[in-house]
Amino acid sequence: MAELKNNVRAFVKIASVSVVMFGFGYLLVPLYDVFCEITGLNGKTGRVSEAEVAAGYQPDLQRKVTVQFVANNSVDMPWAFAPVRAAMQVHPGKLYAASYIAENHTGRRMIGQAVPSVSPIKASRYFNKTECFCFDQQPLEAGETKEMPLRFIVDPRLPEKIETLTLAYTLFDVTQQAVAN
Amino acid sequence: MSTATATHDGDHHDHGPAKGLMRWITTTNHKDIGTLYLLFALIMFFIGGAMALVIRAELFQPGMQVVDPQFFNSMTTVHALLMIFGAVMPAFTGLANWLIPMQIGAPDMALPRMNNFSFWILPFAFTLLLSTFFMSGGGPAGGWTLYPPLSLQMGDGFPFMIFAIHLAGISSIMGSINVIVTILNMRAPGMTLMKMPLFVWTWLITAYLLIATMPVLAGAVTMLLTDKFAGTSFFSAAGGGDPVMYQHIFWFFGHPEVYILILPAFGIISAIVPTFARKPLFGYSSMVYATASIAFLSFIVWAHHMFTVGMPVVGELFFMYATMMIAVPTGVKIFNWVSTMWKGSMTFETPMLFAIGFIMMFTIGGFSGLMLAIAPADFQYHDTYFVVAHFHYVLVTGAVYSIMAAAYFWLPKWTGNMYDEKLGRIHFWISTISVNVLFFPQHFLGLAGMPRRIPDYAVQFADWNMISSIGGFVFGLSQLMFVWIIFKTIRGGEKATDEVWEGAKGLEWTLSSPPPYHSFNVAPEVK
Repeated sequence: MAELKNNVRAFVKIASVSVVMFGFGYLLVPLYDVFCEITGLNGKTGRVSEAEVAAGYQPDLQRKVTVQFVANNSVDMPWAFAPVRAAMQVHPGKLYAASYIAENHTGRRMIGQAVPSVSPIKASRYFNKTECFCFDQQPLEAGETKEMPLRFIVDPRLPEKIETLTLAYTLFDVTQQAVAN
Repeated sequence: MSTATATHDGDHHDHGPAKGLMRWITTTNHKDIGTLYLLFALIMFFIGGAMALVIRAELFQPGMQVVDPQFFNSMTTVHALLMIFGAVMPAFTGLANWLIPMQIGAPDMALPRMNNFSFWILPFAFTLLLSTFFMSGGGPAGGWTLYPPLSLQMGDGFPFMIFAIHLAGISSIMGSINVIVTILNMRAPGMTLMKMPLFVWTWLITAYLLIATMPVLAGAVTMLLTDKFAGTSFFSAAGGGDPVMYQHIFWFFGHPEVYILILPAFGIISAIVPTFARKPLFGYSSMVYATASIAFLSFIVWAHHMFTVGMPVVGELFFMYATMMIAVPTGVKIFNWVSTMWKGSMTFETPMLFAIGFIMMFTIGGFSGLMLAIAPADFQYHDTYFVVAHFHYVLVTGAVYSIMAAAYFWLPKWTGNMYDEKLGRIHFWISTISVNVLFFPQHFLGLAGMPRRIPDYAVQFADWNMISSIGGFVFGLSQLMFVWIIFKTIRGGEKATDEVWEGAKGLEWTLSSPPPYHSFNVAPEVK
């Protein structure tokens, strides 16, 4: 019987490894987020407050960087969605405003959520926003058109090599999720 | 090793199996369960194979002829799921059940009741998976990797598929726990770890890989399930999630899984080559260490499956070099097998033919793997037929060939009858010629730019596809020979001796052929 006890004890030990690894699978989710935040992987952009901008950034008027604006719709998002200007020249360290236009030409009220991404990946850490329509969900009535603003600043520490940044938004239809909540 | 001897005092009396169907349902005998696993794997091999033939029939000519694209996509998806989780993994578990107790001198597996459960979960798992074909929306069609958001667009069958994967995962975790406990607790006196046959070693390491990675897959598919039904957004960008994260989690499981499918094969080849070369295995301990290093490296190379998702150059370089490093321990194994054959008095019975076929063709698959590991080149190869050719060389002429070699090698021991050597050799040669006609042209197709998982293709790919399809049908149908040979051997044939093969070494060959229902009730002494 001692043998059986031994086997059962070994079973419990090894089975608990599997349980821990199941948890580890879930732990990968926050780890991934932290990893992306540190490395700027996935083009996730940063958020800063106006006060931080006023205190922490020196405009670099010698340098000019091109910021391009791109709009994408996810598969089942019917809205018309586009940037007002396709590109602009900016000085790093200076706050700028830009905007996108969305039009809900369907016959019902819908809620959209824009998700930003900056490329090249290396630049995403240096692209910060004080204000963005992507911070909130955007409800649009049937037929409504809305100009959606954002205010951004390019960190002067942006590597010298990078002369062009692309900010892309993908617009998702979150009407159902929003209603469910 | 005092604990090991205690096992053998056993309160078992020598009795045969129960009679009738209930024997198979309630059995806790490792040989019965091994047989069940192997038969189940064979059935799945043929269902999955039939799906592959649907794929090859559709690809015989450009244009849409046989099935509609949605069904074609579900064929590629379910073919992969069945072959990986239904055929190769259960076949290896079946071999483990049959062989590990006999090779380490134990009377049975350590946890026999759980052994029964872990087998009988499988038919339910795969019934669930196959039942999705009859539901609205059809079977899974987003590829076996189940990448969201595509996989989330599946119809009503989605939760059934997820639960099928959960069940198959639970089954293999239970099987692995059993293997580990058996090997660690039930070895005969004197059977130290470094005296264990390599099949036992490779399975021990495989079992650790399984208990470490199957739960991660279970987690990933559970996240898919809650994303679809419970409003979470792990992988939905709209809710702050990230679909690329799924790929990371999946391949954290997926790459060790690749080695789960091949390490036991290394163990089988390491048993067969010395037998027919009549020389001890060259570099036994280096084989053990090579297996362990492959297992370790398998955890840090996963992103080579996703070079094109947009990784920093540093990441690409890390995963490229780490992946290439795996070629070193794998090369050690290949050289050890070749050195074992060097100046041996070789004979070429069917198991040896399959083993040599394995070494040659697995190496081809290994080299195309190295090509794919070159990150800048991978941007051309990614998701093309070159990848399909690569993993079929390592899985069909690798894993499946090793299972067939094992079947021919140990079948006389299991049944007490010799298989038909002539038919076995014919089976080998037809399979080997046709499998190369089937998969080698796919390298050319991939390099020329034909994407994988498509039901139709540009006309410049027509010739090689037709040749590949012809090879596919010959290979598929020639496996009926394999079934016939097994059937014939079970029914009767020339009686096998206890040793079966002239050069066979190891505890299982000291038992009678067929072995008694309960073997090693008295522990053998290993010197």
